[in-house]
Amino acid sequence: MNKEKEFLSGNEAVAAAVALARPEVIAVYPITPQTTIVEKLAEWVANGKIQTQYLNMESEHSALSAVMGASAMGVRTFTSTSSQGLLYMSECLHYAAGGRFPIVMVNANRAVALPWSIFGDQRDSISQLESGWIQLYAENAQEALDLTLQSFAIAEHPEVMLPVMLNVDGFSLTHTYEPVHVPLAEKVNQFLPPYAPTFRMDLEHPLSLGFSAGPRDNTAFKIKQHRAQLNAEKVLEQVDRKYGEIIGRSYGGAVESYYTEDAERTIVTLGSISGLVRDVVDTLRAAGEKVGLLRLRSLRPFPAARIREALAATSRIGVLEKNVSAGYEGTVATHVRGALQTLQGRQPQVRSFTGGLSGRDISAKDIREIYADLQSDTQSTENEVHWVDPGVIYES
Amino acid sequence: MSLDLSERIAKLGFSQKELFVGHKACAGCGGTVAVRLALQTLGPRVFVGVPAGCMSAVAFLYPQMAFGVNAMISTFAGTASLLTGIRAAADAQGLRDVHVVGFSGDGGTADIGIQALSGAVERGDKIIYICYDNEAYMNTGIQSSGATPFGASTTTSPAGSVYHGNQKNKKDMFEIIAAHGIAYAATASIGYPQDYIRKVKKAAETDGTSYIHVLAPCPTGWGCATELTAELARLAVDTGLWPLQEYTAGTYAISKDLSTFKPIEEYLRVQKRYRHLLPEEIEKIVANRDHHWERIRNRLRSTAN
Ligand SMILES: Cc1ncc(C[n+]2csc(CCOP(=O)(O)OP(=O)(O)O)c2C)c(N)n1
Ligand code: SF4
Ligand SMILES: [Mg+2]
Repeated sequence: MNKEKEFLSGNEAVAAAVALARPEVIAVYPITPQTTIVEKLAEWVANGKIQTQYLNMESEHSALSAVMGASAMGVRTFTSTSSQGLLYMSECLHYAAGGRFPIVMVNANRAVALPWSIFGDQRDSISQLESGWIQLYAENAQEALDLTLQSFAIAEHPEVMLPVMLNVDGFSLTHTYEPVHVPLAEKVNQFLPPYAPTFRMDLEHPLSLGFSAGPRDNTAFKIKQHRAQLNAEKVLEQVDRKYGEIIGRSYGGAVESYYTEDAERTIVTLGSISGLVRDVVDTLRAAGEKVGLLRLRSLRPFPAARIREALAATSRIGVLEKNVSAGYEGTVATHVRGALQTLQGRQPQVRSFTGGLSGRDISAKDIREIYADLQSDTQSTENEVHWVDPGVIYES
Repeated sequence: MSLDLSERIAKLGFSQKELFVGHKACAGCGGTVAVRLALQTLGPRVFVGVPAGCMSAVAFLYPQMAFGVNAMISTFAGTASLLTGIRAAADAQGLRDVHVVGFSGDGGTADIGIQALSGAVERGDKIIYICYDNEAYMNTGIQSSGATPFGASTTTSPAGSVYHGNQKNKKDMFEIIAAHGIAYAATASIGYPQDYIRKVKKAAETDGTSYIHVLAPCPTGWGCATELTAELARLAVDTGLWPLQEYTAGTYAISKDLSTFKPIEEYLRVQKRYRHLLPEEIEKIVANRDHHWERIRNRLRSTAN
């Protein structure tokens, strides 16, 4: 490992990882807070630090479309986006997953209009959970770098062959500077050899790709795609272990459990807020409270079995997410509740907490209040959303 | 002296092996002719992108694939951007003497895909974009597109008592693309195959983006006899409604100049989509045509001086 740490923002850490991953084609389109990733890459291309086909596209739809074309040719590809751009890609998201193109894309999590906002939350990516992409969530700049590299290995794994969307919280991660270990190129080359596709457009053996399949055959393709997602959970852990062996850091796969073994209350969350939750758990533990943190590093594949396992001791669970599915509750909360449905004999209570929308700060006090809420027996209705410090609501 | 078919094919430099075969297009489909001729001209070292539309619908129904070369359906809006990515990858792989070609309908080109097309042309990506123009959204059942001509009835611009078919003029994609300063652009018609083939060859030799807009009649959507496809494709040119033009590195040219036009009624009368037209509407089509030719000739005159 490189001994020296560099002081990098989340986006700079991602850019460093992309450079190390050596994609042959990068297609870009600007949107805050993603843009500084592709600006950094452009600078390196301009100065000859990296060699790649760098494509300035005319929209996010085109950016993803271009990397699909490149991926169909069997080269490694990267793109990144955020919010409106991710939604603008939506057609291509399903397309890329159905076409089994192992594209890596970083999504800088950002609120979705209306109202307009450039600040961070997770409504953009969570709204695209059904697109078929693997969805990973990083906690800090170091993990953003490590997961970018791991994403290529996961996407290109022969048992997976699916696109990966790595989510990095807008501003709180993308624009926040931290000391980051940047691995050495030879180590990365060992961890991530050049992409060797199992199928591609080839002059010797021409292929038709991206075809139609009617009622007779369509389900079979969807079953294979579903299996590939399920395979990805195992592959995620293998890749993480291999990364640990070669680069010297690993994260334990799809979930990270913190004091959950004997926790009566567990806060389940994802992304950059996890650090603060961990701090609050430490404080509460020091005061004798049996509380834990379960951090989801992957929403697709959804690690249901590991969630069940990690929450075995917990009787009341608060799911904290920067997202809400209007008319129901937080989508991640619904998922966690679903995962616990099959628990034998015991049904822990899951409460949905929505906070941090459009970059609204979530404080340590807010997290202590979530814990206090979990300690209280009053839960009015089954699917009530608990709004974390929502601010003033003006009634007209 | 009449040559037999295989000799005629060989004389064109075409392979005896068909590269687009077994598709399920309607009888008399002009679009498939545009695809076949272009592929024969370009040869097997090609990568093809085809968006949603008739040419993909008839050629990619698993497990029966009609393309004998590398081919892929793109999203409806994403033909040009897919081609951009394919070309970038081919460059990264160091592939030489390969062509990256798209076959998109008029709706996929003039409407939903114009953004991606414009981007590719502006960047100068080395791709060949061929728009086969059947003048409506045929695959979804003959709806009006930006390339539907004035007066034509479609299912979304029907001939009613208040409105008589499509009320707008056809979007002039050749001009729009030429205005980008593209390396090469042309209009063509499957009714003039030699001219079309020459233009595809020229596109293949062009360093930069090429755009060919080829008129490709659709008996199903136009309401004409299936054996009239080639005939109508010629008539569209001979009546002056579809001028054959080129734009090469900043210079415009007419590929087939006409001193006189064949009567426009010969073209309109055999198509159900125009059957409702009143004399004054036909006069408007004639006036539009004359104005178009005047613009084309004036431009040539002014650049010749
Ligand atoms: C984003 C999107 N919108 C709409 C469609 C539906 N659609 C598929 S093919 C088609 C018509 C294509 O028309 P054109 O490009 O002219 O080709 P043609 O079918 O006439 O050959 C439409 C509207 C689609 N596939 N994708
Ligand atoms: S509807 Fe028209 S364009 Fe489509 S396949 Fe039939 S003839 Fe060809
Ligand atoms: Mg059409």
